[in-house]
Amino acid sequence: MSALTKKDFVSDQDVRWCPGCGDYAILSQVQKVLPELGIPRERFVFISGIGCSSRFPYYVNTYGFHSIHGRAPAIATGLKATRPDLSVWVVTGDGDALSIGGNHLIHVLRRNLDLNILLFNNKIYGLTKGQYSPTSEVGKVTKSTPFGSLDHPFDPIALALGADASFVARSVDVETRHLQEILRRAHEHKGTSFVEILQNCNVFNDGAFNDVTDKAIKADHTLVLEHGKPLVFGKNRDRGIRLRDFQPEVVQLGNGVTEADLLVHDEHNPALAYLIARLGPPRFPTPIGVFTSVERPCYEEAMAAQIAAARERSAPDLAALFGRGDTWVVP
Amino acid sequence: MADGTATGSKAIEQRDAVVIRFAGDSGDGMQVTGAQFTTETALAGNDLATLPDFPAEIRAPAGTLAGVSAFQLNFSSQEIFTPGDDLDVLVAMNPAALKVNLGDLKPGGILIVDREGFTEANLKKADYETNPLEDGSLARYQVFPVDVTRLTTAALKDLGLSARAVFRCRNFFCLGLTSWLYHRPIEPAERWVREKFKKSPELIEANVRALRAGYHFAESTELFAVSYEVRPAAIAPGRYRNITGNTATALGLVAAAQTAGRPLFLGSYPITPASDVLHELSALKQFDVYTFQAEDEIAGIGAALGAAFGGAIAVTTTSGPGMNLKAETMGLACAVELPLIIIDIQRAGPSTGMPTKTEQADLLMAMYGRHGEAPLPILAAATPADCFAMAFEAVRIAVKYMTPVVLLTDGYLANGAEPWRIPDPASLPAIPVQFRTDPRGFYPYLRDEATLSRPWVVPGTPGLEHRIGGLEKEYLTGHVSYAPTNHEQMIRVRARKIAGIAREIPPTEVAGPPEGDLLVLGWGSTYGALREAVRQLGAAGHRVAHAHLRYLNPLPADLGDLLGRYRRVLVPEMNLGQLLRLVRAEYLVDAIGFNKIQGRPFKVAEITARCLKLLDGRGGEDQPA
Repeated sequence: MSALTKKDFVSDQDVRWCPGCGDYAILSQVQKVLPELGIPRERFVFISGIGCSSRFPYYVNTYGFHSIHGRAPAIATGLKATRPDLSVWVVTGDGDALSIGGNHLIHVLRRNLDLNILLFNNKIYGLTKGQYSPTSEVGKVTKSTPFGSLDHPFDPIALALGADASFVARSVDVETRHLQEILRRAHEHKGTSFVEILQNCNVFNDGAFNDVTDKAIKADHTLVLEHGKPLVFGKNRDRGIRLRDFQPEVVQLGNGVTEADLLVHDEHNPALAYLIARLGPPRFPTPIGVFTSVERPCYEEAMAAQIAAARERSAPDLAALFGRGDTWVVP
Repeated sequence: MADGTATGSKAIEQRDAVVIRFAGDSGDGMQVTGAQFTTETALAGNDLATLPDFPAEIRAPAGTLAGVSAFQLNFSSQEIFTPGDDLDVLVAMNPAALKVNLGDLKPGGILIVDREGFTEANLKKADYETNPLEDGSLARYQVFPVDVTRLTTAALKDLGLSARAVFRCRNFFCLGLTSWLYHRPIEPAERWVREKFKKSPELIEANVRALRAGYHFAESTELFAVSYEVRPAAIAPGRYRNITGNTATALGLVAAAQTAGRPLFLGSYPITPASDVLHELSALKQFDVYTFQAEDEIAGIGAALGAAFGGAIAVTTTSGPGMNLKAETMGLACAVELPLIIIDIQRAGPSTGMPTKTEQADLLMAMYGRHGEAPLPILAAATPADCFAMAFEAVRIAVKYMTPVVLLTDGYLANGAEPWRIPDPASLPAIPVQFRTDPRGFYPYLRDEATLSRPWVVPGTPGLEHRIGGLEKEYLTGHVSYAPTNHEQMIRVRARKIAGIAREIPPTEVAGPPEGDLLVLGWGSTYGALREAVRQLGAAGHRVAHAHLRYLNPLPADLGDLLGRYRRVLVPEMNLGQLLRLVRAEYLVDAIGFNKIQGRPFKVAEITARCLKLLDGRGGEDQPA
């Protein structure tokens, strides 16, 4: 196999997202990372649902399946269960994964098939032209909520952790290097990898993640998680997250407060991951990086093991199967 | 030896056919009793058909009318097609069972009751004001009151079992008793008990003793002066077993996947009466069977479609309410043209309806229940054993034509049983599976000239990377296309592909004269009643024929001509006239509907009466049963 390059993963289809859409950046990072993973191109499969993000498979020159709204995790489950040799990626959005497909998402996470799920979260319905989504903040004024939305939003990270996902991470569309690293980590992880990618919809929800993308302020509003490192942030890296009476708080380093007083990130501790997942604006910076990464058996391996064990016990003999139980012969 | 000859000095009468029903509380083990009597009967060489009838509640309050569970069996020295209309024998374990079932017992029929079940409390629960065993209301039947509980207790008294455990052996006492009455061998039931309770030797002993006690009680008591013999039927030579529709469906799928040399994937969500197919397949993993109990009906079919994309023989099983939920994915399967088998084990609707009761009212949903033009082949099994053949056929068509296929069975077929002539696996039709691997000249929608199927290309094939999806695709390349004429071209080619399957449908079999006064046209589980009714009418000299459709879309190519060869066409269905609408629309034939929507199959007598009326020149309009 000659070495693959990004070009090998660009399909012959014109990309039809709106100019300026965050999806372009994500597509580019995925196409950059795929050739580095040491997997033949034909082994990749991208499965999506419905929405702007779900057009993704058409633009990646691998096997792809643009399916129906919210159902990509179910389709991916059947494929991966029977074809563990494939590298299966699910591309979805906040509406697709958390609204119409919420049930499939939580169940695929608990089953822990070795899939990678990329959730593009733009906090809006783009393809249907601008209704609020299950991640929109309360009070969001959109075409379908002229007086402001009423429903409390989901936090995708907290939801995934609640469903016992074995790998949960967050990145940002324009943080190219960070995103590449997270994609690599997601691929390396054995089990369902859930990656929320904060993605700007410049048409219907422009600037939704300004505080983590605007170069002037992002350092003060982003908490980059690193395993084994204290939770430090800020342009001068002079602030941190401390736990007091089981409540996280932002503290200024100095005046007797040192990094030793801060929470230390541990990817192998889902309880800590949940606590960090609840951090965010307005009181806290937005955490990005790997929240949790734990080992858990994969569904498809357990399934294959059961089939192998059944084979051990009895050979597949159709004649014996047909003739099970009481039989009689009519001469 | 309880081999049916040890009848002592009692008289033996011959019977051609017997219809027996065991009825009791849902905790009384009537289904087990019926199933064991069925096995005994099969081994005695009779032709048979069965009909279990149980409440949706696992255990409705004991002794109530809602909690009555029953199992009916028709066995004969002749070929038979149905579980029988009216009962020759009713075994009733309590007043509620008597009340619910007595209406079906023929005048002069045998009624065996557990006298001790007729307590004041039980009579009240069944709304009896007086005890029917004492008030003379059963005078038109041969009543055999037996102290089943006392006799069972006496037989088991030294085993040290709880009163409850003893009570639960009463059904085997009744099985023993009826086995003697009809010369059935009880060894098969003993074998079953030994296997079933192999971890509880005391239960083996208890049930075997109860069984033998019932048998010997019947033999020795003066209560029964006569026993009955039903000689073996002349059926086609071969090795047989008894099989339910759901088991036959599961075996048909396994056989097809093995024949195709591919893994079998079932994505399913538990639902009555379909769950047994999931149960059966879950235990057959050695045949490379992947069973996935999904989070819902949608994920069940979604996962199956994913497995089909990967090259598996993919199936989803459900019943009516689940079909509604699968419609969207079925449409996707039509668009991406992947093989997928959707099995709808119909039950009484709408909505939750009557989950344990049968109906055939999902035909038009299978036919039209998707948005857009989304035709797909529809097959329907006619008998429990036919579920094997039709499940196999569904796989063969799905793979050959790269299409989702709907197989319709129903609750009656699912749980009903009949003897199945065990096929030789080597004699099954071939199901060739050819994945495309050649990149030269490849397009995802390059169609086979004969079948119009697109190629099946599985991920992992180098050089053939491509994308499929629900958006309309360009005719050859499979790229997304909104071109107006391309859309129509794709709609038409998909429809032509499905219509072309008619080439493969065998000529429609007709029982009766090739032309005449009346054709009875049916589909699905009404087969037995229609076939028997038409046989009886033919024997009485009427020019009546029966044709039964196992292919409902496309319809057989010879059907139009067939319909034209009879003066009238009657379409009996357990719905308001669904096949009726299809044949009227397709052939402009003035067919007449005959409809029964009671959660129960047609009786033969209902069909013959309706036919006679028509033959008499009356009742030329659609009528309820």
